[in-house]
Amino acid sequence: MSTFRRTRRTIANVSFTVFCYLTTLVALTALALIFWTLFSKGAGGLNANIFLKVTPAAGSVGGLANAIVGSIVLCFLGMVFAIAVGVMAGTWLAEYGRNSLYAQLVRFVNDILLSAPSVLVGLVIAGWLVAPFHGFSAFAGGVALGLIAVPIITRTTEDVLNLQPTALRESGVALGTPKWTAIRLIMWKAAGSGILTGGLLAFARISGETAPLLFTSLGNTNFSLGFNKPWFGLNQPLASLPSAIFSFAATPADDLVRLAWTAALLLAVAVLAANIGARFLTRERRPS
Amino acid sequence: MTTLSTDVVVRRPPKGAALDPFFKILCFTAATTLLAALTGIVVTLAVGGWPAFHKFGLNFFTNTNWNPVTEEFGAAGPIVGTLVTAIMALIFALPLAFGVAVFLVEFCPPILRRPIGIAVELLAGIPSIVYGMWGLFVFAPFFAQYIELPLMAAAPPGSIWETLTTGVPNGDNILTASIILAIMILPYMAAVLRELFLTVPVQLRESGYGMGSTTLEVITSITLPYVRRSAVGAVMLGLGRALGETMAVTFIIGNSHDLPKSLFGAGSTIASTIANEFNEATGEMHTASLIALGLVLFMITFAVLALARALLGADKHS
Repeated sequence: MSTFRRTRRTIANVSFTVFCYLTTLVALTALALIFWTLFSKGAGGLNANIFLKVTPAAGSVGGLANAIVGSIVLCFLGMVFAIAVGVMAGTWLAEYGRNSLYAQLVRFVNDILLSAPSVLVGLVIAGWLVAPFHGFSAFAGGVALGLIAVPIITRTTEDVLNLQPTALRESGVALGTPKWTAIRLIMWKAAGSGILTGGLLAFARISGETAPLLFTSLGNTNFSLGFNKPWFGLNQPLASLPSAIFSFAATPADDLVRLAWTAALLLAVAVLAANIGARFLTRERRPS
Repeated sequence: MTTLSTDVVVRRPPKGAALDPFFKILCFTAATTLLAALTGIVVTLAVGGWPAFHKFGLNFFTNTNWNPVTEEFGAAGPIVGTLVTAIMALIFALPLAFGVAVFLVEFCPPILRRPIGIAVELLAGIPSIVYGMWGLFVFAPFFAQYIELPLMAAAPPGSIWETLTTGVPNGDNILTASIILAIMILPYMAAVLRELFLTVPVQLRESGYGMGSTTLEVITSITLPYVRRSAVGAVMLGLGRALGETMAVTFIIGNSHDLPKSLFGAGSTIASTIANEFNEATGEMHTASLIALGLVLFMITFAVLALARALLGADKHS
């Protein structure tokens, strides 16, 4: 009887172990396959033209210069907006609101925004900033990306501020500084690398977002930015890597599809670099 | 003789003290901006979608006919498509994510633990359009040739098997979309589950092993009970992601607005419909219907996410 039970337990455990090994193998294989495809199809198209020429029509030689610049500008716009709002909101939650009812509500709302479908953000920003101004604009795209990044930064800012010891907060009070000076010069400084990590994570998230850009900045086959243009060209539709991928992947033209793979590779590398940078910062902060 | 000064020492307020309330108000405003943003999203979607809800009423949810030409919009197809693809993706991804998480916590050789853990977390951040492209150019053709065609050819006429596998064998269908979604949410769910498993105190797990339990028994009777509510929350988070995912699905689902009838049939989700049609929407009713769809998607994800958040914090161990 007891040997029977023992055998049964062993068999169950061995099958479970095999299952865990297999699932990990399957998962890693699938993900490795995706990466292998990305590199094998994308790396071949990497050359100087990619960074120097604008997106071409089918059949002509071109690059992704306008899309790369556009993506950087859009992310920059989004991050400026998101850092301004996110750091302040996170500070309010950690230093002022704490456990008040309103703070709990804001925290819940932030959590919902954090995982709200990004296509809806695009839809709503289109209603606010595209329809009333009669046209797609880089500005609308930046705000849409910003709205996606804000909850990430709010969350990390609050988390790292909460990690700081209470004694640090009291040290500011002991010196007789006003609270806002203490927050700026002590709390933000202590939490600096954590807040930066949040910023990098948010950047990684928004740089690959496609859906919200479809209805806001749309895409552009030319350089639409310039210092001599009204609003620096930010009131025009703006090219970006994700929107270039979306439009090229749908074409039957082989050279455009190749360009789309290269764009996807660039995007993936940028996102990975930002994520690795964020990890590196976190590790420095808390060696464990 | 010295006289004691009777002057009260006037302590000057510290530099910048006057700005203190403004800073507080500024921070409060930023926090309120978040609330305003969410309210704004709901109101905008509700107002924008109102004409569609008003005109079609409940038919909007039950009618399967989505026809921009006749301006008749029934959203049953995309709504059912969204739920079906997300739930199928969850069914595929959950066992895999669970296996990976257990592997990383219990079986993984220590040298590999960090690299695989980091790889899983990094993969969770890859943009969905990359998964979508891979699905469109690599997975769909492979699937059509090596899985779809043989299965369709082998289906006995009149059986459920045949019903489930009818469709155009081009790889663009509900099943492939679900599989791509599953691959997408897999690293995310695995990373969250692993974090959860790591919160189980080592003493608890070791007490299990000390009693002579096998790994399986430790997982099922110690780890899982310890994190059970949070684990359900993690699964719901994955579901929320799958529901709202746009680009990976848009490329590969085939974009038909009919009710999904078979695994190999083309379908659509709410997100893919919006992504495909919003910029080309012809009439006001078309736009309104798309925004109404957006509100439906928001409500579904809101419910799932709210539940997920409530569950994730529910395992309070002191």
